[in-house]
Amino acid sequence: MKMAGLDLEFAALPAPVPVWFGQVTAAQWLEAASAVHAQGGRLVALWASGAMYSEATGPDNIRARALFVAYATRDGLFWLELPLPADASYPDLSALFPAASRMQRAAADLSGVVADGAKDQRPWLNHGAWAADDHPLLQDPQALPVPTPGALHDYPFVRVEGEGVHEIAVGPVHAGIIEPGHFRFSVVGEKLLRLEQRLGYTHKGIEQRMTQLPALDAYRLAGRVSGDSTVAYAWAYGMALESICQTQVTPRAAWLRALLLECERVANHLGDLGALGNDVAFAFALAQFSRLREDWLRACKAAFGHRLMMDCVVPGGVQADISAAGQTQLMSCCDAVLIDVKKLFDVFEAHAGLQDRFITTGRVLPELAAQLGLTGLAGRASAQARDLRCDHPFTPYDQLRVVMAGHTRGDVGARALVRFQELLESIRLIERILREMPEGPVHTDVVLPDQPSRGIGWIEGWRGEIVVALELAGADQGHRITRCHLHDPSWQNWPVLEHAIMKDIVADFPLINKSFNLSYSGQDL
Amino acid sequence: MIWKVVRQIARVGIPTEAAPDIGEQNQSEPSRIHAELLSILGNALAIREVDAGSCNGCEMEINALGNPYYNIGGLGIKFVASPRHADLLLVTGPVSRNMEMALKRTYEATPEPKLVVAVGDCACNGGIFGETYATCGRVDKVIPVDVTVPGCPPEPIAILRGILQAVRRRISA
Repeated sequence: MKMAGLDLEFAALPAPVPVWFGQVTAAQWLEAASAVHAQGGRLVALWASGAMYSEATGPDNIRARALFVAYATRDGLFWLELPLPADASYPDLSALFPAASRMQRAAADLSGVVADGAKDQRPWLNHGAWAADDHPLLQDPQALPVPTPGALHDYPFVRVEGEGVHEIAVGPVHAGIIEPGHFRFSVVGEKLLRLEQRLGYTHKGIEQRMTQLPALDAYRLAGRVSGDSTVAYAWAYGMALESICQTQVTPRAAWLRALLLECERVANHLGDLGALGNDVAFAFALAQFSRLREDWLRACKAAFGHRLMMDCVVPGGVQADISAAGQTQLMSCCDAVLIDVKKLFDVFEAHAGLQDRFITTGRVLPELAAQLGLTGLAGRASAQARDLRCDHPFTPYDQLRVVMAGHTRGDVGARALVRFQELLESIRLIERILREMPEGPVHTDVVLPDQPSRGIGWIEGWRGEIVVALELAGADQGHRITRCHLHDPSWQNWPVLEHAIMKDIVADFPLINKSFNLSYSGQDL
Repeated sequence: MIWKVVRQIARVGIPTEAAPDIGEQNQSEPSRIHAELLSILGNALAIREVDAGSCNGCEMEINALGNPYYNIGGLGIKFVASPRHADLLLVTGPVSRNMEMALKRTYEATPEPKLVVAVGDCACNGGIFGETYATCGRVDKVIPVDVTVPGCPPEPIAILRGILQAVRRRISA
């Protein structure tokens, strides 16, 4: 397989979605980026490898072996590997793909790699808790040093100057029941001039922790990268591991996974629609949607044994088949949710006060969305018509034929509408899955290969596309995980939020933020 | 539009369920707990939630306490925006090193009785994330904890039980 515009052969990795792997030189690295950019492809993820030990002659010589990037084009997902020179530098990609900037800064913090020519070289995940030259992913995973935490650093925020400009600092501990992060607003009166985010507060060292877990158990950690997307992450991890082991899951397992994923989408959209109503002081919406969400989570508990469906997707299939009682409860819950959501949609549409706050607020026009790489649900609300379930459908989505949601206005109202559309579509999918799901076993044994190998998983979670790239050592090293990168779509969308709020007022920020509902933990890792 | 809203409210009715039993004498009477909360904490229990590094799973279940089934507001409990207004901190997550200072400062800013409930396996024992270069592990490595609520994540009713236990324990002491 060749990537359009680049003379290089890529090898297919066994997976239900089209994924390809190839090694590039520094020149091809840039050619590939230009080729993808020219054809409207997108940069999905960028990360660095672990250390190379065989060639390291001393502790000062330990460096990252390679840099990776994953691009999505019409032909699928291309995973590129760039072996790094002695100074661990590589050509910057953020000039072409702005979303790469924070990923490059994170890779610098974790693996000591240097993006040559990148404008922003400030640390991102490292707030001072570890020494700038003691990169966590370069430590020997089989002999991790005792942590020696340092004092936290101040962050050099960009200052906006001018008459009447002042700053509002918010966080990391936020006013609501939400994750921690810091927002620095520069304002004149109530008008927002600039927002700068500082994230990384929930950095838990997940990628180093991955190297400490057995490959067959690490799906549990993958499912806790972002708790609201536990099914999507566990499935993406499972897909990567099954790709490595060339495991085919059974048809029933594939259908059950899709059922779980759509249940997760419904649960999150119900929660968000209530919260969006609440943020414009329409408490009725929160009461109604939070009631529906609770009904939904209880049905999920009855069907799968866990309200949030954690640890339900496992390598080789699913943890357990759906219970008969749960299946009935889920089916009747679908009917009830469908009736009420349609009523609530009418109420939202007819509520002038609510629409007044929703329309044209937090707008990301399609051109800007394309330029900045806005992805997932928020992308679809800004005319970025991409949904993995439609673009590269695999079992059972190839039979279910998902109708993609979308809007062009790119404001809070559009993101709410896309949620309504997807919610109703997911209910339709769930009802079909419950009726048409094939019978059979739900788990296949996963046999780890003797050779070192790599695999990748790619799943359309409720927020957007999630990628898990996995590298395993061979049998001689106990099949340990040498590197596992977990990518959240929030990496792409957080920087776009900084643009979306421009010209709006401070009081609209919570509403705009909620309309994106991005993950902190997912991008902090 | 308003007619549709009223009709929906009337049709749904009141789904609120009774407060959980916390297994002590007389605790099967939610109204009694409620009365004690009111007498000890001055008309309400104010909670400041602090995510000190969680995956957001616990936050979703804490948020669920506000839904009409658990109706935490009806028990006289409310979530407040500042630790300075709070009687109790609800802390989740293995404490990330990047949140350690923020958590300590939040605790310092909280007035007496300064109750702390650690919610979730990570807050109780570090959970799957453990103690690493990036995390300090369980919450009581950073601030004193009154009650722990295990679970990944604990269900809303277990969190509510933990909150009531913390208050009850302080009343008994």
